[in-house]
Amino acid sequence: MTSTKVELAHRASANAAALYRGRAWWVDRVAQGVVFLGGLSAIVFILSIFIFVAKEGLGFMVADLNIKEFLTSPEWRPTEDSPTYGILALMAGTASVTGLAMLIAVPFSLGAAIYIGEFATGKTREVLKVLVELLAAIPSVVWGFIGLSIMNPLIMELFDVPVGLNVLNAGVILGLMAAPIMTTIAEDALKAVPDSYREAAEALGATRWQVIFKVVLPSAKKGLVAAILLGVGRGFGETMAVLMATGHAINLPTSPFDSVCAMTATIAAELGETAQGSPHYQVLFAIGISLFLITFVINMAADVFVRGGLRMRSKKA
Amino acid sequence: MVKPATQVKKLEVRDLSIRYGDEIALHSADFDVYENEIFGIIGPANSGKTSFLRAINRMNEMTPGMNVTGMVKFDGIDVKSWRDVYALRSRIGVVFPLPVGLPLSIYDNVALSPRLSGVKSKSELDDIVERCLTRAALFDEVKDRLDSLGSLLSGGQQQRLTIARALSQSPELLLLDEFSIAVDPVTTMRIEDVLKELKKEVTIVLVSNLVAQARRLADRTAFFLGGELVEVGETEELFRGNVQDSRTTDYLEGRFG
Amino acid sequence: MSSFQTTDLNQSNRRKESLVRILLGMVTLTLIIPVGIILVTLIAKSEGTFSWAFFSEFPRNSMTEGGIFPALVGTLWLVAVALLASVPFGVAAAIYLSEYAEDTALTRAINLAIINLAGVPSIVHALFGVGAFVLFFEFGTSILAASLTMAVMTLPVVIVATRESLQAVPQPFREACWNMGATRWQTIWRIVLPNSISGILTGVILEVSRTVGETAPIMFTGAALFLPFLPTSVYDQTMAMSLHLYVISTQVPDVPEGLPYGVALTLIAIVMILNSVSIGFRTYLRGKKKW
Repeated sequence: MTSTKVELAHRASANAAALYRGRAWWVDRVAQGVVFLGGLSAIVFILSIFIFVAKEGLGFMVADLNIKEFLTSPEWRPTEDSPTYGILALMAGTASVTGLAMLIAVPFSLGAAIYIGEFATGKTREVLKVLVELLAAIPSVVWGFIGLSIMNPLIMELFDVPVGLNVLNAGVILGLMAAPIMTTIAEDALKAVPDSYREAAEALGATRWQVIFKVVLPSAKKGLVAAILLGVGRGFGETMAVLMATGHAINLPTSPFDSVCAMTATIAAELGETAQGSPHYQVLFAIGISLFLITFVINMAADVFVRGGLRMRSKKA
Repeated sequence: MVKPATQVKKLEVRDLSIRYGDEIALHSADFDVYENEIFGIIGPANSGKTSFLRAINRMNEMTPGMNVTGMVKFDGIDVKSWRDVYALRSRIGVVFPLPVGLPLSIYDNVALSPRLSGVKSKSELDDIVERCLTRAALFDEVKDRLDSLGSLLSGGQQQRLTIARALSQSPELLLLDEFSIAVDPVTTMRIEDVLKELKKEVTIVLVSNLVAQARRLADRTAFFLGGELVEVGETEELFRGNVQDSRTTDYLEGRFG
Repeated sequence: MSSFQTTDLNQSNRRKESLVRILLGMVTLTLIIPVGIILVTLIAKSEGTFSWAFFSEFPRNSMTEGGIFPALVGTLWLVAVALLASVPFGVAAAIYLSEYAEDTALTRAINLAIINLAGVPSIVHALFGVGAFVLFFEFGTSILAASLTMAVMTLPVVIVATRESLQAVPQPFREACWNMGATRWQTIWRIVLPNSISGILTGVILEVSRTVGETAPIMFTGAALFLPFLPTSVYDQTMAMSLHLYVISTQVPDVPEGLPYGVALTLIAIVMILNSVSIGFRTYLRGKKKW
């Protein structure tokens, strides 16, 4: 009798466990579905960005867009009676500012990455890394304000020019902005070089800097290229700092002291003044699509290089 | 060794092959494991012993690149036909070579498995925790600090915690993978005594790198070599030199491996 | 053992090495020192601006006097709504990528999408916000539209930080749970998430910091130049700290010099504090051993 009772109790608890497990199985199924949708959302969002921006600019691109004028004319006169929509000057503005920024940021960020990654040790290294991280966090509108209120008078005084809001100003600001991010990525690339490479070179009697320049830098090449590309992408897409520090004048720049206007800044400055659906409004979205496509290509390229760098890391393991 | 009176087949392994990509870990193995026996598996490293254990509870599905063909029957049912693989795993306890104390309190480590099956009653959990820790020869050492982290115990203690956790599942089948690597000899002997005791209720598959341990514990023993099942036999017979393949004796006598 | 001679070659190498070291050290400092100078300038020029009234009053007299209260409150609204929208998506995506996804074409596509979400210029996100949230979904220019725009933009921050902290939980823990018969979700819920929640929190703080500073994405989607009242619902427009700095430093004449400096310094202070908290939290966690 008792044994049957125990048997029954055992079976009852086994049934309860089975029931509970059955529920857990379903919960797992549902959870997997939900988090899968979360993952999918990234794709949905990036496609939506393309679709919605293209949709707003589509009317212009189909009806009025003269590709040749759009890309080769420096005449950006969207508000005149017979408007012209050439973005050459805007592209030149973006290119000149980004170019100057990279001229500054590439050597400095690579130098800083080498110093932090290969020379600095212990506390110094930790402190420098934290500082670089904090620098990267300063908002772009603050950088723009710095260009406007600190760099502007400084440039006017130093170079004796009438306007300090120009390629030089925005280039320096953008360089300072991009450098911390590039430093971080470049340092990651250096860290990915296996220590065995360094040890092998040191065993051959190479000094520290010989190891760095002959072994570490060449093996980290891909990651460093990725860092530079991401810096370029960042400079390209920067809006507020460029808007506030370039002087915002449509210009094909011939010197660093010329004021210019960047593609991103033009959208930011003019979108608020256009009527929704007007050609001017639509052409700004068309510029947006160009920016989207250009940064897309840059990011893809950087990703290819980063993967190249990572492959080396996994070979080490 | 006393043979089990009735030889009920707990596991039936048929033409089981395991590959990782192009690498073969186990090639076409065929054997049975009987209920309430300790079944030893010996062989040098990379012989396919651990891979075999993973195929039993379908952990291959959680391992990218691991490919299993052939069949393992558990209680006469192909493990692949279980819809709820988690229920299958809950009936099989596993102890790894490297101890894994989960980052939970010692109590929660042992109570985890019952909780996964919906046990909520505090007294029931207390009971399970004390019983399993005692059986794994750990209770006396930790009874005053059951709420400290299991992942910070010493290696040997974590190993016994892992065993206690496996017991908390009330498994029908216990898979032990070189459990004594991280445990001192005295504790090893204590756990071995527990295993002999457990045999009455549980079927045990014991993968061991220690030939002597297999001899002490296993009723029957299989010898794996380089992904091949060389032979299966009564442990005592194998050690007496009653073998079908001379490599078995060579290994048992320490001529390689 | 003393048979190593200090050769000329050795000496010149050592000289070169210390030269390189000093040069690179100076390069590193060149990146940091200007920011120090800028900070000091900001502090000096904003002297006298800060008072209780600066933080608690509305702007007055065409924004040339008064405080930044509505901008502070507005930024709070924007950040809160953006977090509510992005954290669930971001954490879900990270859990999928870290715990469920296998190496398939779809997984690679998701990863590429995340990289590109992070890389698309902020002004393009703004255009998306206008096209999608303001016009298509008819939220109008509102906190909702602006916050959703920023949520999409900062999604990669949450995903990347969460994925990293999930992957920092050692794989053997998962294996141990699976072997016991835990479902993937039970394993995530009982072991993986409790041990990565602080890392996720660190990432969320970083996202807050990013969101506070963003300007371009909210310019046309919900932030207003000036409003004499506080928002009462997500369908209202609002002022914001970042846009306020842009407006008073470029759009409004006769602003006394100290005012924009004060706003800039406040903005930097908020961001720096958030980032420092995040960094400090991370360091603390690294020091705390759980396994």
